[in-house]
Amino acid sequence: MGMDFSTLRTLISRYCVGEENWVDSRTIYIGHKEPPPGTEAFIQQRFPDNRIVSSKYTFWNFIPKNMFEQFRRVANFYFLIIFLVQLIIDTPTSPITSGLPLFFVITVTAIKQGYEDWLRHKADNAVNKCPVHVVQHGKVLRKQSRKLRVGDVVLVKEDESFPCDLILLSSSRDDGTCYVTTASLDGESSHKTYYAVQDTKAYNTEKEVDSIHATIECEQPQPDLYKSVQHTDLNKAFLPLGSENLLLRGATLKNTEYIFAVAIYTGMETKMALNYQSKSQKRSAVEKSMNAYLVVYLCILISKAVINTVLKYAWQADPNRDEPWYNERTEVERQRHVLIRAFTDFLAFMVLFNYIIPVSMYVTVEMQKFLGSYFIMWDDEMFDEELGERAVVNTSDLNEELGQVEYVFTDKTGTLTENNMEFIECCVDGHVYVPGREAETRGPATEHEELFFRALCLCHTVQVKEEETVDGIKHGIHQGKSTSFYISSSPDEVALVEGMKRLGFTYLRLKDGQMEILNREDEIERFELLEVLTFDSVRRRMSVIVRANTGKILYLFCKGADSSIFPRVISGKVDQVRARVEHNAVEGLRTLCVAYRPLSPEQYQEVCHLLSSAKLALQDRDKRLAEAYDLIEKDLILLGATAVEDRLQEKAADTIESLHKAGMKVWVLTGDKMETAAATCYASKLFRRNTQILELTTKRTEEQSLHDVLYVLCLFSLSGDCTDYGLIIDGATLSAVMRPGQEDSNSGNYKEIFLEICRNCSAVLCCRMAPLQKAQIVKLIKASKEHPITLAIGDGANDVSMILEAHVGIGIMGKEGRQAVRNSDYAIPKFKHLKKMLLVHGHYYYIRISELVQYFFYKNVCFIFPQFLYQFFCGFSQQPLYDTAYLTLYNISFTSLPILLYSLIEQHINMDILKKDPSLYRDIAKNSLLRWPSFIYWTVLGVYDAIVMFFGAYFLFDNTTFTSNGQMFGNWTFGTLVFTVLVFTVTFKLALDTHYWTWINHFVIWGSLIFFVVFSLLWGGIIWPFLNYQRMYYVFMQMLSSGPAWLSIILLITASLLPDVVKKVIWRALWPTTTERIQVGSN
Amino acid sequence: MMASSYNAKEEDGHPSGASGHGGPGVVKSKKPDNTAFKQQRLPAWQPILTAGTVLPAFFVIGLIFIPIGIGLFVTSNNIKEFEIDYTGVDMDSPCYTCAKNSSWNNTTPCTCSVDFTLEQPFESNVFMYYGLSNFYQNHRRYVKSRDDSQLNGGRSALMEPSKECEPYRKTDGVPIAPCGAIANSLFNDTLELFHIDSNGSRNAVPLVKKGIAWWTDKHVKFRNPGGNNNLTLAFQGDFSKPVNWRKPVYELDPSDPENNGFINEDFIVWMRTAALPTFRKLYRIIQKKSSTTPTLPSGKYTLDITYNYPVLSFDGRKRMILSTISWMGGKNPFLGIAYITVGSICFFLGVVLLIIHYKYDTRNNSADIPN
Repeated sequence: MGMDFSTLRTLISRYCVGEENWVDSRTIYIGHKEPPPGTEAFIQQRFPDNRIVSSKYTFWNFIPKNMFEQFRRVANFYFLIIFLVQLIIDTPTSPITSGLPLFFVITVTAIKQGYEDWLRHKADNAVNKCPVHVVQHGKVLRKQSRKLRVGDVVLVKEDESFPCDLILLSSSRDDGTCYVTTASLDGESSHKTYYAVQDTKAYNTEKEVDSIHATIECEQPQPDLYKSVQHTDLNKAFLPLGSENLLLRGATLKNTEYIFAVAIYTGMETKMALNYQSKSQKRSAVEKSMNAYLVVYLCILISKAVINTVLKYAWQADPNRDEPWYNERTEVERQRHVLIRAFTDFLAFMVLFNYIIPVSMYVTVEMQKFLGSYFIMWDDEMFDEELGERAVVNTSDLNEELGQVEYVFTDKTGTLTENNMEFIECCVDGHVYVPGREAETRGPATEHEELFFRALCLCHTVQVKEEETVDGIKHGIHQGKSTSFYISSSPDEVALVEGMKRLGFTYLRLKDGQMEILNREDEIERFELLEVLTFDSVRRRMSVIVRANTGKILYLFCKGADSSIFPRVISGKVDQVRARVEHNAVEGLRTLCVAYRPLSPEQYQEVCHLLSSAKLALQDRDKRLAEAYDLIEKDLILLGATAVEDRLQEKAADTIESLHKAGMKVWVLTGDKMETAAATCYASKLFRRNTQILELTTKRTEEQSLHDVLYVLCLFSLSGDCTDYGLIIDGATLSAVMRPGQEDSNSGNYKEIFLEICRNCSAVLCCRMAPLQKAQIVKLIKASKEHPITLAIGDGANDVSMILEAHVGIGIMGKEGRQAVRNSDYAIPKFKHLKKMLLVHGHYYYIRISELVQYFFYKNVCFIFPQFLYQFFCGFSQQPLYDTAYLTLYNISFTSLPILLYSLIEQHINMDILKKDPSLYRDIAKNSLLRWPSFIYWTVLGVYDAIVMFFGAYFLFDNTTFTSNGQMFGNWTFGTLVFTVLVFTVTFKLALDTHYWTWINHFVIWGSLIFFVVFSLLWGGIIWPFLNYQRMYYVFMQMLSSGPAWLSIILLITASLLPDVVKKVIWRALWPTTTERIQVGSN
Repeated sequence: MMASSYNAKEEDGHPSGASGHGGPGVVKSKKPDNTAFKQQRLPAWQPILTAGTVLPAFFVIGLIFIPIGIGLFVTSNNIKEFEIDYTGVDMDSPCYTCAKNSSWNNTTPCTCSVDFTLEQPFESNVFMYYGLSNFYQNHRRYVKSRDDSQLNGGRSALMEPSKECEPYRKTDGVPIAPCGAIANSLFNDTLELFHIDSNGSRNAVPLVKKGIAWWTDKHVKFRNPGGNNNLTLAFQGDFSKPVNWRKPVYELDPSDPENNGFINEDFIVWMRTAALPTFRKLYRIIQKKSSTTPTLPSGKYTLDITYNYPVLSFDGRKRMILSTISWMGGKNPFLGIAYITVGSICFFLGVVLLIIHYKYDTRNNSADIPN
């Protein structure tokens, strides 16, 4: 579908609305031949040099700038504040406990970003230092690319890429053209032809070029790749310049020996640089839940601190409790105002409990996403042998969103279908021609037939890719050897031209403005190409104006969609052709209509005038061109129609069926005719035979008012006689539905009614869609009251808008360039890979990350709640329960790896079952694992475990000894006992949740526990010389030497885990989810 | 997370489908490795928690826990413990006057005696504890108010104690040894036990003051500066005693250089701060005399107290506890009861799960297999 890039245009103009009406223009003096100073109207303009800076940092500003960027994140800032509070006031825990993890996180991120930036610096340097040839004083000099300035005349040789945006002055080719591939800009590999400025194309040596005296006036830089308006003032005559003269930085010169061109936009003002705008960040539903949980925990944290502070002061009201003789304050402290003391106490409690929001969770989530995304790239089943491509992950932030998709918006051509066009037939005035069978059907060639074939040979923008020399081409094609290829940005055109070749008319080449055709009699016919009225998706047609070399007659050949041709036709066998077109459309073929209009020389003059005045316009050029085209493409005579088949991609039907079973609603958005699209939809099982089709098309709305149609359909779909509804809507009706705020009250409800209908339909087909409408639909669904998660998948530039709009954008590595892939979040080689992407990877990532998030909060509740309880027994004095080392390392090392590895390799169900049974996907729909009930369950579980651990230890310590030698344990042994139970409990809890025990899981789970024990033995085994306290000395070992300590550890772990196990088992037995049934069944 | 800002440059060399001649050479490395790890097909054990699989575990836990619990409970019940509060709150208690008058400024020690009777003889070693209530040894300000380097005999820390010791760090510019609130509030009551014979004579019960502190504390963590000899020399002059102490640190036990100074066991025991505001600390050990006679035969006893330690100001209590010890420590029925409870719950749940298993699990399974 990507015949044009209007999508991108609209898209980009959205980004820079302010610049649309930018009137200011820049004046460029070719070769810096400015008028002498003092001349009026000359203002020296300053332009940046040609240095490309994609790096963010320099050596000097890296640390401050990177720190600033990092601390702009709320979480990092929060931890920084906690750290600073610990530094400033006298807090219960040492600043190391929060400083070390924060330092670790910040350092790792900084190193990563620094490395990335270093790579960018290297890339920038390579680009900026690469040599370019500049013409100065009639000589060619070598310069570094970065020293290039606006106005320099540059010499570019074959296969070199353009160092900045240039206006083509002349080329080595006589006709002043050059071939360019813009693969690196928009991914299109076809060679595009660019034209030198008419008046300078003769100047093709250094000397001659140097003698040009001219100025170029052009717009200020703007990012639109396909739009540029300049004109040149050469010898006091204004000449229009257009995008056909503008060579963009990044494109590469092909098949042309050398060109001369003048730099107009340099460095960061080139279109390529301006297009480096970063995409807006997408956030996943899981991330939103996580943030909501964070807020809850922040509230819990603050309320804990407030409660404790209040209780502390209530308790301390008695001075003998506040300051008993054995525990006096310092003089300084006594003199502090009570409010300041209270505030300090509040902060101290905050610091004591701040671990409830762990730094490490962010790191773990980021690592999980980043590392996890490799499994998508590594997936062998998503590798396509034919393309040699594997899945690409452009952002790893959305992995889990793949498991939450409710609406799939798919493009048809190139996504559902192969986009491998094959010419099937053509029909001229109702006579059908099929390649290979033409011999029987051919009668004496009518005039229309002759014109029809020539029209198809001429009306296109196909180029011939020359493998050998320019002259070898005719030979190659004639001999039927594949030494040359047709290339076009539209595969339809290639199919048509190739189809014509099979019918006997071979398009040879475009040379010197002459198009050459080899006709059935092996004669070369030449047509002079006068004008090309290029395709755009609004007009949905294109035209050429040619002059036959023989007859001196001018023709306008026009081809386009039936809907855009028929209204403009004044004669021809419209009915027969229309019947054939409709027949073909039902078969699922792509149809185009062909028409012509003979032009008299006077009419041609008029056309030329219209076009050139439109092209010369500096402002609103597009609009004026469209108006001109509209005037020119009229009074057509219909010739016939063509039919091209676009085969379904393999397993497209299977994929769609699976998505349906998984509870997703699949919408096909296409620019095709309704009949064609509907046929594809039936073929791809989007609509089944028993699907009740509701139509919301222009045809129907012509008969009834939109209001009535909607109302009827709504009632119909709600009646619920049939379970399976499909809706077909076309672009025109859609825009009527979407039209905002008319006076009458009903119109506002159209959207609602429309959405209501859509909710009841499992499949929706939107045909005749303009690219921007695709995005509008996605937006409409996104904003509907359930806020469903949407996924858009497409391959062409016209899908970019919806890919960017949807929650998850997937690009298909199709034939229409890499625009979609580049703008997508994920890219896959074929549509069929979507199945595994969603049903397997999406499902896994969702399960994994939801467990990760819940578990992280759980284990920190378990961790901190005992400390909270302890405050009630230590006079609310913020005495930490655990030693500093335990506080610091709990999240960093004792409990971090098991959950990280779990969240990377957990498979609660086998991959094959997930693929075989798509309905399992419904089990996790609507963020089911992260909803409030399950969050509350986890939190309550955490609190329960904390209570068991704390009071278990409390009753064990309560006024008695549990050693066999009568000696007593202190508060640090108490904390260590709780902590030991804690570490084992949370690790075992994860072990209970693990369904997929690989050696890695065994290694990290048992390894973490062993590490904890070994660390504790070491930590308490030595008098550490660098510590100013030795509170942990032999505490762990003394504890382990006591039998009751072992017994109570075992008991408390069992008691903590018991409810969760029981809950799991009972739920599984009484109210099993589909997933759980399958798990049991598969074992 | 993944930078994609300079994709354009990276893609320069990409082959493209449209031109149809990408060539096999470019494809080379794109195919992912077919390893078990990368394809997420590592061999794995896939356990599922169902009523059927968990059932045996519940019964096993129940069957193990209940006997352990009973064993613990019986052991705990066999332990003899005697506790007496000698704070002297009530008018009629013998220590009432001492309690009224006690304060830090008293120079003359106040003594009182409490009589009590042991109903049952205490066999094997008996451990004598003192207990304090409502004493917040775990208060943060208190816990950190010590200098472990000083207690380890560090010279520099001796001269310049840690700031944590404030306000018990220096008096009049002279460093305190040992510094800090913990050391300053060292428990200084003296308890002596006498057995009253049937003929009314008082026999002192021999109290052993060694072995009450952790071995590692006494031998590694706590050290006197400059060895154990000549403590007087090591501490004299440059240091002052803690403000509430009556005698300097080198006179804690002048009779035994191995138990004097920082390595005095009473001191070490006190320095291990208790976890909860009601706590007991080991004071003395009464060693078993012979296998035939009980360590403390039943009968009348007198506890002589040198009452120094004021607790009434913060509404505290002081106790003396005599306890025998088993392998599981002192008297604590909690662990036994908890084991019995958890064991019974497990057993009960096992039964419930058994019912559930036969009523639901089998039905679900059989219903699902055709799917």
